[in-house]
Amino acid sequence: MKKIKLQTPLSIKDVKKLSVGDTVFLSGKLFTARDETHKKMLELKKKGKKIPFNPNEMALFHCGPVVRKEKNKWVIISAGPTTSIRMENFESEFLSTFGVRMIIGKGGMGEQTLKALKKTGAVYTHFTGGAGALAAKSIKKVENVYFLEELGIPEAAWILTVANFGPLIVTMDAKGNSFYAKIKKERMENLKKINDLIEKNQPPRH
Amino acid sequence: MLKNANNKIKSPSILEKLIDFPGNRITLNIEIEMIKITKKNIEKKLLEAIKKAETELPKDVVKALKKAASTEKGLAKIQLEAILENVRIASKESIPMCQDTGIMTFHIEAGTEFKYLVDLKKMLSNAIKKATEEIPLRPNAVDPFTGENSGNNLGRNIPHITWELTSGKECTIHIMPKGGGSENMSALKMLNPGKGLLESKKFIVEHIIKAGGKPCPPTIVGIGIGGGSDICLALAKKALLRKIGERHSEKHVAKMEEELLELINKSGVGPMGIGGKTTVLDVHIEYAHRHPASFPLGLVLQCWADRRKTIKFTKNGSIKVI
Repeated sequence: MKKIKLQTPLSIKDVKKLSVGDTVFLSGKLFTARDETHKKMLELKKKGKKIPFNPNEMALFHCGPVVRKEKNKWVIISAGPTTSIRMENFESEFLSTFGVRMIIGKGGMGEQTLKALKKTGAVYTHFTGGAGALAAKSIKKVENVYFLEELGIPEAAWILTVANFGPLIVTMDAKGNSFYAKIKKERMENLKKINDLIEKNQPPRH
Repeated sequence: MLKNANNKIKSPSILEKLIDFPGNRITLNIEIEMIKITKKNIEKKLLEAIKKAETELPKDVVKALKKAASTEKGLAKIQLEAILENVRIASKESIPMCQDTGIMTFHIEAGTEFKYLVDLKKMLSNAIKKATEEIPLRPNAVDPFTGENSGNNLGRNIPHITWELTSGKECTIHIMPKGGGSENMSALKMLNPGKGLLESKKFIVEHIIKAGGKPCPPTIVGIGIGGGSDICLALAKKALLRKIGERHSEKHVAKMEEELLELINKSGVGPMGIGGKTTVLDVHIEYAHRHPASFPLGLVLQCWADRRKTIKFTKNGSIKVI
């Protein structure tokens, strides 16, 4: 349960030091990608085409931001994480193809991603869902945007410079540990206890 | 009489008398104020209400979140503190508190004599279009067939309005921007009537535990019981219009709300699914009589960003944003 400040680009060594429960504040570069962007980037790679930025140097942020153009510059207004499990179909291939070292999202991901995190050397971190204004406050600059015309504002790949972005809680580490697997078991046990209480609370039938 | 006129106009007849009062500047001002209540002015107020809904979390929700933060520890506390800090920044800087500015949901109680009844839908659409550019909002209306985003939060059957007609000249519009993450966790269950209420409770608890962090807890639970498949879900959504802590007017329904609140918070899901005592902030139930063979249960969750705003058009022509 450490509090750690990190700077991109992240090395495999950096992320292997992180354990489930640690809190990270990240500075450096992020790129946003949701379902369509994952699909698009993997397709480009398969066709042998170039990705216009280097995902290996940045953290991947599951996010569809609210943006505005002010004096010809893009400004991020609000940018919290989106539900990560939607990207489960793409993520293991995405990690091994692009060498991303850190994912930022919400709600956690599945078995396949957990295996890929261990295999490729990456971590999944959780950012408070909906905290879009808090996130926007630590986004210092929009460096660039790709696939905007084709995919629209929420799905485009926004390249962002951030300072002390967080709190990011490590919920899936590079050692094969998942916070979600542990709590799932606990909660199913709680469910059983609650069901017993519901039965007990029932008024007797006439 | 004039002092009264300065603050509030009780009825149009008083206004007419005041305008007749010769050479009085105050009465002239009032006249201008009254003329201002036009379509354009209503749209302005609608835009203001949408902006407030997106940027300021209702006081009852903030209070509940603060109370939760004071009882939680560790990672759960970190989540709630991040939420509260986020709410503070959003309100101070007038920016949307969540990047998912939602799909606009309207519940309107309209008097049949309300002057702008026919124009209201168009006015709401205009206000949404403006709000999308000015606040700004994220364009969240996508054609399900082509995948094309309309870019202005308008589209086929969007915005959707639930109408409730009343008599008279008054009109109340409830605005509720609804995020996708929590909406994806909605559920409909057609239960066996023999054990309807018992099975309802079990289904609700299990559903919320399985949803985990996905609907952005601590959530507010809207439950609709009875009616039919469509009615119970509409009632569940309507239940979300209530404030936190506001119980159903019938005691036995209120009791079930309290029972579910206590039971769900024993689940350990916690803020953002990270573990803790606060999984839901409240449970609201609405019901309708059911078919003897059916026991429909509708469940709709609202994320912690429980954005709500109400606009009231009173019978004497004033507009209030509450």
